[in-house]
Formats: sequence, structure tokens, C-alpha cells
Amino acid sequence: MIQLTHLQKLEAEAIHVLREVAATAQRPVLLYSIGKDSAVLLHLAMKAFHPGKPPFPLLHVDTTWKFREMIAFRDRRVSELGLELIVHVNADGVAAGVNPFSVGSRVHTDVMKTQALRQALDTHGFDAAIGGARRDEERSRAKERIFSLRSAGHRWDPKGQRPEPWRLFNTRHKPGETFRVFPLSNWTEADVWAYVAAENISVVPLYFAAPRPVVQRDGTWIMRDDNRMELRPGETLETRWVRFRTLGCYPLTGAVESRATTLPAIIEEMRLSRWSERQGRLIDSDGAASMEQKKQEGYF
Amino acid sequence: MSAALDLHHGGYSAAGALDVRAPGLLRFITCGSVDDGKSTLIGRILHDAGAVPQDQLDNLEADSRRFGTQGSAPDFALLVDGLAAEREQGITIDVAYRYFATPRRAFIVADTPGHEQYTRNMATGATGADLAVILVDARKGLLPQTLRHAFIVSLVGVRRVVVAVNKMDLVGYNEAVFREIERAFHADTATLGFIDAVVLPVSALTGDNVLAGSPHTPWYEGPTLLSHLETVDTESAPVAQVAPFRLPVQWVNRPDPTFRGLSGSVASGTVRTGDAITVLPSGTASTVKSILGPAGPQQSAGAGEAVTLCLADEVDASRGDMLVAAGDRLVPSSRFRGRLLWMSTNPPDPANILLRVHNVTAPAILTVNDRIDIETYERHAAETLPLNGIGHVTITSDRPLVVDPYWRDRDLGAFILMDRVSDETVALGVIDAVEAGPAGRERATGQDVPLRARVLRLLAPEPPASADRLAEAVVWRLVISALFGVIVMVLTGSLAIGFAAGLADAVARTLLRAALRDLLAQIQLRRGDVHIDGSGI
Repeated sequence: MIQLTHLQKLEAEAIHVLREVAATAQRPVLLYSIGKDSAVLLHLAMKAFHPGKPPFPLLHVDTTWKFREMIAFRDRRVSELGLELIVHVNADGVAAGVNPFSVGSRVHTDVMKTQALRQALDTHGFDAAIGGARRDEERSRAKERIFSLRSAGHRWDPKGQRPEPWRLFNTRHKPGETFRVFPLSNWTEADVWAYVAAENISVVPLYFAAPRPVVQRDGTWIMRDDNRMELRPGETLETRWVRFRTLGCYPLTGAVESRATTLPAIIEEMRLSRWSERQGRLIDSDGAASMEQKKQEGYF
Repeated sequence: MSAALDLHHGGYSAAGALDVRAPGLLRFITCGSVDDGKSTLIGRILHDAGAVPQDQLDNLEADSRRFGTQGSAPDFALLVDGLAAEREQGITIDVAYRYFATPRRAFIVADTPGHEQYTRNMATGATGADLAVILVDARKGLLPQTLRHAFIVSLVGVRRVVVAVNKMDLVGYNEAVFREIERAFHADTATLGFIDAVVLPVSALTGDNVLAGSPHTPWYEGPTLLSHLETVDTESAPVAQVAPFRLPVQWVNRPDPTFRGLSGSVASGTVRTGDAITVLPSGTASTVKSILGPAGPQQSAGAGEAVTLCLADEVDASRGDMLVAAGDRLVPSSRFRGRLLWMSTNPPDPANILLRVHNVTAPAILTVNDRIDIETYERHAAETLPLNGIGHVTITSDRPLVVDPYWRDRDLGAFILMDRVSDETVALGVIDAVEAGPAGRERATGQDVPLRARVLRLLAPEPPASADRLAEAVVWRLVISALFGVIVMVLTGSLAIGFAAGLADAVARTLLRAALRDLLAQIQLRRGDVHIDGSGI
């Protein structure tokens, strides 16, 4: 008698969801944001449709402020796997000079991520966007369905979500309505790392500790990834051993001091940590119901 | 890489990282009426189990000052009520999923809303659960919503419940109050078929009997809530593994002309390369040429695995079809009876119903047979159902579907109804009985069913049974037969007669039970009302 382990059950569930999207959506897309969750998602998509390729393209919404190592990793990974990648940048935002320093994190995220995602989905007519968000990340995400309906304006209505019993997904939608689909809903951060280790999945090196140029700002370590980031009076650039638990726009992503250079070391460090992974995300603390509000407006 | 990271032995340790001792997983829900303290209880467990990160605790302090209902003390419900509207109103609107682990077990808990208005979200949480924690406010006793939730929990097949009599601190830890609620719960839910209903006195606010025992309830000698959840038997290996192989085709994988595979998740049983299978509803026969799993080719696949099967022949099979072991008694039918929870404010519109069962979506006609009173569990004549109404229904689909009663096969017996116009999900339900199709429902010939499966079917005390329960039942049966033999031996004074009597008893009892079970199934099939395996009324 075969007894599946916890990770094997999560893997099977995610593959089931990925196939469900492929079978029911007119034009699905996988949102690839380059981080560890995206790496796991992509790995699962390769398995779900093996020996074929995933029957959907990847979409990266580039805010132009991602770490350079992320972009290099993205391009290498996509070419290794031979997949189609769509990179979308909000050209209006760039033209208007929107960046994390000029307008602050809230407006930057809204224009370069939320609006950019909506533009990309509308431009290509995608009706289902698969993402790597997990319910354990944040309390409004804990309320998400696996197939989460968005209205024609990409709005999320958290009070009116469809019931989702068993695995009987209601994948019907009206023209203009779209789905966000979360195959990793039931994974925790620990599950993701355990799976990365067990399956030997390659992730961006920024997750591993190394000496990096950082500056202390707003109570956290920010890595100066290029010279677009100007030092404020009194700030000094130092080289410290740091790593990242999540990856986003570099000026908005706090590093943690660490010597963890291997997967087992990362897993052990996380086990002992008393802080959540999103603690390093400056955008989450923009307001009391910050993430929920962003999600309602169409943020992933 | 250490063994702790091996995919095949993964589990959690106290802080959520992997541990080789893999204690397994318990999925449970909290339910009950409004303000019984469900979210507070979950928040308390998460907090006391050390599963709340420091930054979330910091937020909790700020939130408690702003929205809290506990004065200066932290309001643990705010750890779970993640939506702005929930925090403002101090209620739970939608189900929240939280993850935590202790050294003994990993948990996924769905905290569900108590408001009747959001019953659909409670039911969503209940469908995935192994166990339900039903909260009762010690001051109020059993409320209509408590009984409604108990019923829904039973409807979707959750057979283990814990009744947490909460707010014991507000009734002075009075044993008489607790005992009365305990008695009332057992009496009122006797027909729901719970096989294990543990009642405990707790206080989510003060933590009494949640993680640690309480000095205030010396009269209570049972386990604390968490220790019970850590050790309760979940029957996590139901018959699904020994049942016949069934795989609903989810997606056809044909990347190029050289490869054609049928992808899907195995609903029950085990399949091996070389096995003879049948495609339903067409009835086409073939054999399994190869099996592709997440890690590549594999020799066999069991329930719960997401795989791709290649068949030896070019057979016509697509999404919604079912691959079954040759000899499976399943016969497609376009008419079945069941029970459902109506989840729309509009009454059923029989002309616009879409049925989804496993991977099939088909137009269907819904007939309401009666409505069940959720306080008395009595059946009343009805032709329609209101929001949150539960009733017996007959569903007729526009084509024969491969379905089976829920008590026999969950993946083939659970369904949702959607409204073709609004696209909304308007009902969830379970199939109780499948009516004979035009050609009649064939009896199993037993010719192609593996001997092992036939023996197990004969012995199984009731579906679904785990291997443990099966062994237990067999041992009991043998012990009783041996006792009978000894008694006969003493009475007759003959060893041979005693031995023969014991043997005859063992054989006759087994055959009689199996015959009786089949007879009951037939009667149930005809009458359409079900009380099989306790999973409802």
C-alpha cells in the first residue's frame, strides 16, 4: 500500500490544479516572478505536462527595479527550458518617471506592478493567470480560493468569493472576468524550501548569504544593486554577509544578516527564525489592510 | 543532503521545518455559531504553539488596541480574521486556512464563519476536513447554528468531531453546565453517524484545556484539545487503496504525434503497468502500457497520485471520461439521488442547472424531494429550497455519467451545481444512490476483480474501512467465533464438535454479513434514503 508523504500530496494537488487550468482556460499564463515560489511553480508545471511543455507562456511583470541577478537568472532559466516568456513593463509609468524613490513604495507598486499586470493581462487576453502565492504568507491571502475570480476590472471581492468544495472548481466566467489560480495555496515557506532541496531546484543566488553592498534604511538592510539608488545624508554603504527571504524590487526588499550559504543552512535558519518571510517586504506595511487593498485593486 | 530532506519521508518539526519522523497531517475545521469563539480558539492555538512570527505578534498588539474586543489584552481572533471587514465588525466572513505543526503532527486548520449568511464558506472548509471542532458557548448551549453545522459536517462525510464547550471561565467552570451540553449534543446528533464525538471543557480566552490542562476543571479527566488533535486516529488510509482502480481523465496530453497520454489524479485503487482497464462511459477496453508520475516512469500508481497513463491501444478518451479496472461494476447512469446544501439567495431554477461531478460538467434537471429541518433533522415536503436549505434531491443529467455514491467513492460521489446564467456555484452535495440506467445497473460478475480485493470486500465491516479497522474487525470476529467454539465444546464435551462449531460460526458470520450488506445496499438503492456508514440521515 502506497502512503504519500505530505510533500507528495502537495505536489499532486499542485499538478492537479495546473492541469485543471490547462483543461479549462481559453488562454492561460503563468506569472513568473523569478523567486523561489515561482521556481517551484515552474518545476511543477514542467512535471504536470511532461513529456510536453507547459501549454501556456510565462509572464514577467518587470518593474525595472528587480535585482540584476534576478533578471539574469530568469533569462537563463527560460532559455534552458525552451519556454516562451513575455516581459511586460508599464511604459506609461516609465515615461512618467515613476520609481520607488520619486513617488514612494505605494505608488510605485501600484503603477509598475498592479497596473502593469492588468495591462499585460488585457493586452494578451489572458483569462487565467497562475501564480505562486501561498495562504501562509499573509492574512488576506489566507482567505484566498485556489481558483479566485476577478471582475472585469480585475477586482477581487473578498466578501463574495465562490464556495470551493472538494476539488470541484467552478471555472466558468463571463467575458472580461479572469481567474487568478494558486496551485501552491496549501504550501508553507518550509514546504517550499523542503521541496527545493528534495527536487534540487535551482533558485536565484540572492537567497544564499554572501558579502553584499548594503545600507541601513528604515530599520532594514537595503542592497544597493545599481547606482540609481542614491545614498541619503548620513548613510554609508557597507559590505555585509546578507541574504534575502523574499525577492522583489531591490529598494523595497530588506535583507537579513546571515551566513547561510547552503540549502540545509537556510532551512535551519528559517526553523529558528521568529520572523515571517514578508517582514522584509516594505510594501506590506503600507496600511492596516495593505495587502488586501492591493489585491482588491488587482495586485497579485 | 540529509535524510530529513528526502521527499518520501518529509514531515514537520515544532517550528515547521522538516523532520524524518513525519507524523502525518490532520486537516480540521472549527465551526459553530456566531461568537462561540472559533477564531479566538485558533488564534490561541497558533499563539501557544509558537506558530505566530514576531512581526505578526507586533501587528496583533497594534490591531488589538484598534479593533480588539478584549480590552488591553491581545485579541487572538485578529490573528485569523484577515479581512478588513472582518476586523472592523469582529466577525469571520470567509474561511481562513492556517498551517502549524507540533512535534507530533502537522495541521491545516480552516477557521470557518459562524454567521448563517456565510454557511457556504463553512461548507467549503468542511469538505476537505478529517475532523471538525464544533464550538459551543457554555452560557448558551446548543444553538440552531450548532446543529446546522453538525449536520453539514456529517453530510460531507466528516465522521470525527470534537465538541469544545468554550467560555467555561464565564460559567465558573461549572461541571453541571458542561455535562448538560455533553448530554444534549450526544442526544441531538445521535442520527448523524459520528463515530467519535469527544466533548471537552475549554476557554479559548484563558487557554484552559487548550494546550495545557486546567486547574479549574479537576472534574474533567480527558485530554486537552491539542493533545487530542495530535493523537486522534484519522483513518487516513481509507478503502481508497484497496478499492477498485478509478481515474477520472482530467486532461489529454498529446504534445506531438508520437505521444498520447491521459492525465488525471487517481480517485481510488491502484493501477500497474499491464493492467486491463475499461474506458467509461464508452466501455472500450485496453491495457496500461506505461505510467508517468511526477518523478518519471513508475510501475504503479495509487489513490491521490497525479499521473499520466499511456494505453496500449488508440482508444477514444477525453476529459470527463473514467478509466476503471476491468471488471469494475460501475455503470453509467443519468439519474441519481442525493442530498445538497443550497447556497444561492435565488431558489433553484431547474432549467439552468449545470452539474459538475469529478471532471464532467453537464446540463441537468434538479428536482427537490424534501427539505430537512436543521434543528430537528426531520424531513418536510418541499419543492424548492431557500438559501442554506438542505434537502433530498433527484438529479437527471442530459447524458449518462460515471458516478457512484459518496459513501463508496468520494471523488465520484461529490458534486456542485452551477447556474448557467450567473455562472455562480449554487449548491454542493453528495450522491446517495445511483438509479439504474436504461440498460439496468449490471451486477458485478466478479470475474476480473482481483482475489485480494474480493476477499477484502467480503471482510470489510463497512465502507470505507482502513486497514487497521479491517484487521481489528477480523480479529474480533475470530475471537467471538473461538469463544463460541469453546462454549460448544464445554457443553458437548467434544473437542471436535466445539472446533467445528467455531469454524462454522466464523464462516457463516462472514458470509451472512456480506449478504446482509449487499441486501441493505439494494434496499437503499430502491428507497433512495440513506443511512449508510453513518455519514448522514
